[in-house]
Amino acid sequence: MTAVGTLPLHFPSLHTVSHLPLVSHTDPDAVIARRHGEVISLRRFLADIERVAAMLPDTEHVLNVCSDRYHFAVGLAASMVSGRISLLPSTYTPETLRHLAAFAPDCQVLTDGEGAQFSLPAIRFPELHRADELPAAMPAVPQLESTRLVAWVFTSGSTGTPLPHRKTWGRLVINVRAEGVALGLDPARPATLIGTVPPQHMYGFESTVLVAWQSGAAFDAGRPFYPADIAAALARTPAPAALITTPFHLRTLFDEGVALTQVELVVSATAPLPVELAHQAEARLGAPLLEIYGSTETGQIATRRSALTSEWTLFPGIRLETRDGQTWADGGHIEVAVPMSDVIEQVDTQRFLLRGRNADLINIAGKRTSLGYLNQQLLAIPGVRDGGFHLPDGERDGHITRLVAFVVAPGLSERELRAALRERIDTAFMPRPLIFLDTLPRNATGKLPRETCEALLQAHLRRKVANAQETGAQGTDEQGVGT
Amino acid sequence: MTETSPSSADAALLHEVAELIVSALNLEIPAGEIEPDAPLYGEGLGLDSIDILEVALVVSKRFGFSLRADNEDNLQIFSSLRSLSDHIAANRVG
Repeated sequence: MTAVGTLPLHFPSLHTVSHLPLVSHTDPDAVIARRHGEVISLRRFLADIERVAAMLPDTEHVLNVCSDRYHFAVGLAASMVSGRISLLPSTYTPETLRHLAAFAPDCQVLTDGEGAQFSLPAIRFPELHRADELPAAMPAVPQLESTRLVAWVFTSGSTGTPLPHRKTWGRLVINVRAEGVALGLDPARPATLIGTVPPQHMYGFESTVLVAWQSGAAFDAGRPFYPADIAAALARTPAPAALITTPFHLRTLFDEGVALTQVELVVSATAPLPVELAHQAEARLGAPLLEIYGSTETGQIATRRSALTSEWTLFPGIRLETRDGQTWADGGHIEVAVPMSDVIEQVDTQRFLLRGRNADLINIAGKRTSLGYLNQQLLAIPGVRDGGFHLPDGERDGHITRLVAFVVAPGLSERELRAALRERIDTAFMPRPLIFLDTLPRNATGKLPRETCEALLQAHLRRKVANAQETGAQGTDEQGVGT
Repeated sequence: MTETSPSSADAALLHEVAELIVSALNLEIPAGEIEPDAPLYGEGLGLDSIDILEVALVVSKRFGFSLRADNEDNLQIFSSLRSLSDHIAANRVG
């Protein structure tokens, strides 16, 4: 891979380019993906796209839930070339699927697993071409209008309804080509990207699929899960390999102490990486670690070499500006100016520092939502009289801090309430603990301030310790009122 | 009480693994209340993939082997306390 370079002269401008290719690969034998030890060539990929495009149902919207990254990529490309739009929600809870069905009533699920778990009509991903049954002539690499709407991606919003954000082809391409340059992906020496994140998440979507398509690179079709699986994926992948992952996955990978094959690049996103973990990653994996900063709305907007600097460098053309105390991002590939959910301190026009998150916004293991949204979901459950979520003060060294919820629901058991919540919110946001109270100590303006929540949580934890000690000491059980 | 066979986890191991899960994840539920055959993931105990990786880590430290996903289903080992304990009984080192 090359060092972080300058932009090539042929970098596309939306004003001058009307069509952009699906992939930058041109050689029929160029490697698009590695799947179960098998190499998938451009020729085979294009044939698979034609097969899947021909069997897609007569609908405009596709919810592509394929877990095999190659299946996802073929499904995405087949949808694109046949004029369909992919839906990328942040979660698949029944409540979210109901909203998707209202947003796009014709939507069908494309799945390579169990379709029955979705409340929408589902079609099964078909058998792929075998290497020995490919058509003699390679189809041309599809060219897509830069204004083509490729996907709607959703954030949870703050009103209880997921918010759609448009992703058009030209802007996605500009974004991931800039990413390819920032990461030093060299088309002359194609890398294989190994992702621990799903392709449906904006980070995985851009940084394992689209960036490979537009940088002459390949991706591994799997999604290694356990540390030993990640180690095995690194070991079987020919150089140059890149690991596309998160702070959480890096921490568990290093904590387990498995032997790791060196790679040429490590990429992390979804949450700021502690600098110690960045140093550890560079040492253990023998490669520079680049962090990416972005959001579902903006796509990626900045990178940094975390072991060397805390300053983020913006992608070309992106501007930050302060409006009413909040930082907005605009320019470059960004579709519409967006307020960023982090507190940002600008160093100069190209560089900035992150100074924490705005109070209402939640990011757990790369899944984002707001306290307002979660509270609304909690209060909408029949039997809940009052309630509120709280993000505890917690350590940030690659561990995931879980939410806490306080609830007044005299007629509901914890089991019933959890089942109802699971229908509505992603499991990453499920409260732990869920604390039942007789009443919530709201202040004069009806708010439940952070400090109050923290005090309630501490009181709960003290009760828990006291109960445990009583039980341990075989003491009286009169005060054993758990929650 | 649980039925045991020579190749599966005994009651002591089931309890040890339940304790491990509760302490690794700081759960509120007492270890003894985790049903051996109830799902750990999703419904039931309600663990998610983040929890699973945390538990996998303490399992590797305690029992000296690394969990692997042998097939497409990463989480099959975690389908219940019993299946996780059986997997540990079959793979533990020492």
